[in-house]
Amino acid sequence: MTTLLVIVGYLCLLLGLGFFSSRLFRGTSKDYFVASHSIGPFLLLMSVFGTTMTAFALVGSTGKSFERGIGTYGLMASISGLVHAAIFFLIGIRLWAFGKKHGYLTQIQFFRARFESDSIGYLLFPILVLLVVPYLLIGIIGAGKTIEPVTAGAFPTLFTNPSAPPWLGGVPPWLTGLVVSLVVLSYVFMGGSRGAAFANTFQTIVFMIMGLVAFVFIINALGGVGKAGEIPARITDKDLVVQDYRFDKDSGALLKNEPPKPIGKVLSSESSNLTDAQPHFWREPVQVEFKKKNPKTGELIPFERELGIPFITFVTYLFIPLSVGMFPHLFQHWLTAKNAKSFRLTVIAHPLCIMVVWVPCVLVGAWASGVLPPGIPPPAVLSAMLNLLVGDPVLIGLLTAGVLAAIMSSLDSQFLCLGTIFTNDIVVHRAGKEKYSDKQIIRIARAFIISIVALTYGLAMLAKDANVFDLAIWCFSGFSALFPVVFAALYWKRATKEGAMASIVGALVTWVYYFHQSGYGGEYMVGPGIVPAAICFAVSASAMVVVSLATKPPSSQTIAKFFPDSGEL
Amino acid sequence: MGKIIVWFLFGLMFLLHQDFWWWEDADLIFGFMPIGLAFHAGFSVACAILGWLAIKFAWPSHLEEFAEGKTDCESQRSS
Repeated sequence: MTTLLVIVGYLCLLLGLGFFSSRLFRGTSKDYFVASHSIGPFLLLMSVFGTTMTAFALVGSTGKSFERGIGTYGLMASISGLVHAAIFFLIGIRLWAFGKKHGYLTQIQFFRARFESDSIGYLLFPILVLLVVPYLLIGIIGAGKTIEPVTAGAFPTLFTNPSAPPWLGGVPPWLTGLVVSLVVLSYVFMGGSRGAAFANTFQTIVFMIMGLVAFVFIINALGGVGKAGEIPARITDKDLVVQDYRFDKDSGALLKNEPPKPIGKVLSSESSNLTDAQPHFWREPVQVEFKKKNPKTGELIPFERELGIPFITFVTYLFIPLSVGMFPHLFQHWLTAKNAKSFRLTVIAHPLCIMVVWVPCVLVGAWASGVLPPGIPPPAVLSAMLNLLVGDPVLIGLLTAGVLAAIMSSLDSQFLCLGTIFTNDIVVHRAGKEKYSDKQIIRIARAFIISIVALTYGLAMLAKDANVFDLAIWCFSGFSALFPVVFAALYWKRATKEGAMASIVGALVTWVYYFHQSGYGGEYMVGPGIVPAAICFAVSASAMVVVSLATKPPSSQTIAKFFPDSGEL
Repeated sequence: MGKIIVWFLFGLMFLLHQDFWWWEDADLIFGFMPIGLAFHAGFSVACAILGWLAIKFAWPSHLEEFAEGKTDCESQRSS
């Protein structure tokens, strides 16, 4: 119960912050949507980092490392440090220049002008919504999976149908999702984009600090730095996967299993020597069969899992971070940043912020393989580790608040951004600026945001057992497939509206095909382990080039506007 | 010249990211950090340094001048 009170206290604090930012709200739609271009370097960094590193970073990375080991970091985190920074530099600053020069607020406004086409906006908008929704879903799902284990036992007579038997009485995912949605909705309503930026900054600081605090407590509970390296699951000379230790919650100590506890057996591996290997500490693929208990019948069900990362998967994952080039909320930040210098801090500090958050999470996930049952749902690994290893309920509450902070700092920007695009680029664009007053425009945006929140919440309840990491990767894959559109818009004079549309359609069709093949959000590789994002990207880029070359070039006015003399740009 | 060096380092970083040389190595650094993870943490620091170098030697100041110049709205007013 104490843990729950701390979490509720944190949510109230956020509402207070929303109220504070509402006092600064100037009442205009421009202030509501883009905070009157007042987002400087620090807010931009926190906003960009906070929104890109969501439940995916904390809950997802820990869960993925629990499944596949430390390769998770190279797979997403370190390559993102390189690719994201390059995109901020090559795409972000250039977009800022056009946003500043011509007054664009959203990516649809930019693309409509660059490709001389209204239709491209109507084509792109539903696709952006379709791709953002999985990202929103992981926030709601991640929050639900985090809160239930840490509040287990708080209401044993009220919540009698837990996701897993040990979590009886914990706050159920449907209630957590509802509360989180309402809190985010409240401060986005009150403060608009400034409220979201303040909340983002505050929450990003909270989750980074709490992440480090959690890491220190977990490492201490595991017997200190020297001992922690022995914790992950190990392979014996008989090809059994065993846990050498267990954590005794009553005594608060790590105890040795005598004999080691078998949890799985190796099915196949290309490595010749697996004896005493800790597969979560390297990246060589090892196919293992584990068993998990059916929560209803108690029966043990076998399941297979590939530990490690195939090399081709690792290489082709580099396409996924390209997604930041097309994220609507980042696009909007770039177009409306205070000045170009605002980007400098982000370019340098973003890879370091990623490292500070991801390294501890990936280590915790790998260590978890040695003390948690292998059948535990990956999104629940972080909170299960906190619950098992950190005894103090106040501290667990604070650490859980940190996880919620990471989740909510992403939801707010996405909700707001979709509201901005819908209002400016669909409603006002069609009806004309004169038809609606400023207050009506804000009201329309809020109504749309409510409908998106309701849709997300409904879908999250349907997909409540989805893997947070994999679902996020699907969202990123879709946006990375659209990357050729923005790159060509900025760097290729010959790119035409027909080329852009073919590229968007090509990206959509391949993405939908593979998303369907994955069972709507599961892990899916093509052939020897190629990520679908690489193929979606190739199709989209090819369509852009072939169709652009086959159609009439853009007008000379458009070329002059977006590709002025080299002396000027 | 600065831009060329930054681009060269950027390409080099892509190659370094595929650290197949430690793929099967689970040795620990400082007693707790697997070497594959330590390398990639160092890679993140190198990305930050490369970002700093890019800002120092390849900053697109011409874009700032372009954007801070006369806007479309101002042009329309003056005509």
